[in-house]
Amino acid sequence: MKEQKDVKVEVKHLTKRFGDLLVLDDISFNIKKGEFVCVVGPTGCGKTTFLNLLTKLIEPTEGELLIDGEPADPKKHNLAFVFQEPSAYPWLTVEENLAFGLKIKKLPKDEIKRRVEHMLKLLGMTEYRNAYPSELSVSSEQRVIIGRAFAMNPDLLLMDEPYGQMDIKLRYYLEDEVIRLWRETGSTVVFITHNIEEAVYLAERVLILDNKPAKIKEEIHVDLPRPRDFTDPKFIDIRTHITDQIKWW
Amino acid sequence: MSKLQNSNNKKSLGKTRYALLSAAGILGFLAIWQALVMTGIVQEKYLAAPTEIIRLFFVKLTDTAPDGNTLPFNIIASLRVSLTGLLTALLLGIPLGWVMGWYRWVDRFVTPLFEILRPIPPISWIPLTILWLGIGLRAKAFIIFFSAFIPCVINSYTGIKQTSKVLINVAKTCGASNFVIFLKVGIPYSLPITFAGIRVALGNSWSTLMAAEMLASSAGLGYMILMGRAFARPDIIVLGMLVIGVIGALLTGILEFAERKIVKWGGRKQ
Repeated sequence: MKEQKDVKVEVKHLTKRFGDLLVLDDISFNIKKGEFVCVVGPTGCGKTTFLNLLTKLIEPTEGELLIDGEPADPKKHNLAFVFQEPSAYPWLTVEENLAFGLKIKKLPKDEIKRRVEHMLKLLGMTEYRNAYPSELSVSSEQRVIIGRAFAMNPDLLLMDEPYGQMDIKLRYYLEDEVIRLWRETGSTVVFITHNIEEAVYLAERVLILDNKPAKIKEEIHVDLPRPRDFTDPKFIDIRTHITDQIKWW
Repeated sequence: MSKLQNSNNKKSLGKTRYALLSAAGILGFLAIWQALVMTGIVQEKYLAAPTEIIRLFFVKLTDTAPDGNTLPFNIIASLRVSLTGLLTALLLGIPLGWVMGWYRWVDRFVTPLFEILRPIPPISWIPLTILWLGIGLRAKAFIIFFSAFIPCVINSYTGIKQTSKVLINVAKTCGASNFVIFLKVGIPYSLPITFAGIRVALGNSWSTLMAAEMLASSAGLGYMILMGRAFARPDIIVLGMLVIGVIGALLTGILEFAERKIVKWGGRKQ
């Protein structure tokens, strides 16, 4: 009974066909409130389709997505999406970018202001509040985008390889930041990546997708203490296991 | 910060140097012109000397000879016509382009018609316009409207069509309706390209004005030039040409200022 209550997102028999092509095959899983789930899988296994379904950008052929027991609806639920490519609005300042989704949700003005201030502080970007994205580095821009997503206090936050284009050092730094924001806000996060190390470092649970059509091959709970150590033998065990599972060659 | 200032200093130093060079170019040109007329290599009945044109400028501020209007009166007449046409074109053309670019059914409905009318040169509308509206302000403004309307539509249409899919999706996942996305994402995204269209529209409106006034009018800078020819007064012609050039440059300057105020983020990043 308690288990049931904690479920935030329910994915039931999610299937997507493009004509004859079966891209997603009967995917079912639950995400608990405040959970950090990573989805890994070989490239081209339908990760993007999977995400687009979760954000309701496209409609599934079969199956449904429930948030708090109701069918997901971007107008009703707070969904936030961090896309692979930079998606800060170039004509808005850092501050205005952070407020963008909140304004669309028509939150009260003082609430928007409070959340934006809080997020600026969390990101350590208070002094860049009036900067335009073109004046920031690519990684700072990405941090604004991630901040914008967390500022929504989303029911479900989806991140599609947000660090795909960053170098290793920057990734570590940004991954720690995501963990920090996630803990601060208590959001429910689905993080898609093809970097297994990143998945093990971030996730409480890793879902391994199988190749075409995508279905869930295995679920792995990662209950290592944080901050996690890349050289911890347990860490390496999990990483090796996932790597073996993902091999399609 | 000091590094930034330093490079700014260097930049402004370079700027003064280039400004001096530009000024020298203009002065040199004027000096040769003056010399050609003063030495009689070019006769005065064909071309007036720069000093003569400057003198005429001040005389013409109050003198109505030979075309019947003072210079300020002509300038105001021309500006009234061109700005009426241009502003109407901006107010109708830009929103039309946005709507055409955003809503597919409007696109399907309007674009074919627009494509048929587009290649017709605006000046070729003059005879029909005179037939319909005579030679008053409305007639000339209509021709100018036509010349400015088309670049406005094309650019705001193209600009909004190119709106980044990701930026649309961000708004969509926030739960924004299509109309809100149109206002908050599509329109801002199109602004840099739209402004480029306004610049073309401004240039078109100013050049079409001259054509319209030369054909049919009783005041204005184009009319003044035409009268200069009729009275064999090259000084009046050249004065008219210079004033047209200067006003065109001023209008462009005002537009660029407005663009910098509105497109504060410095256009597209790529």
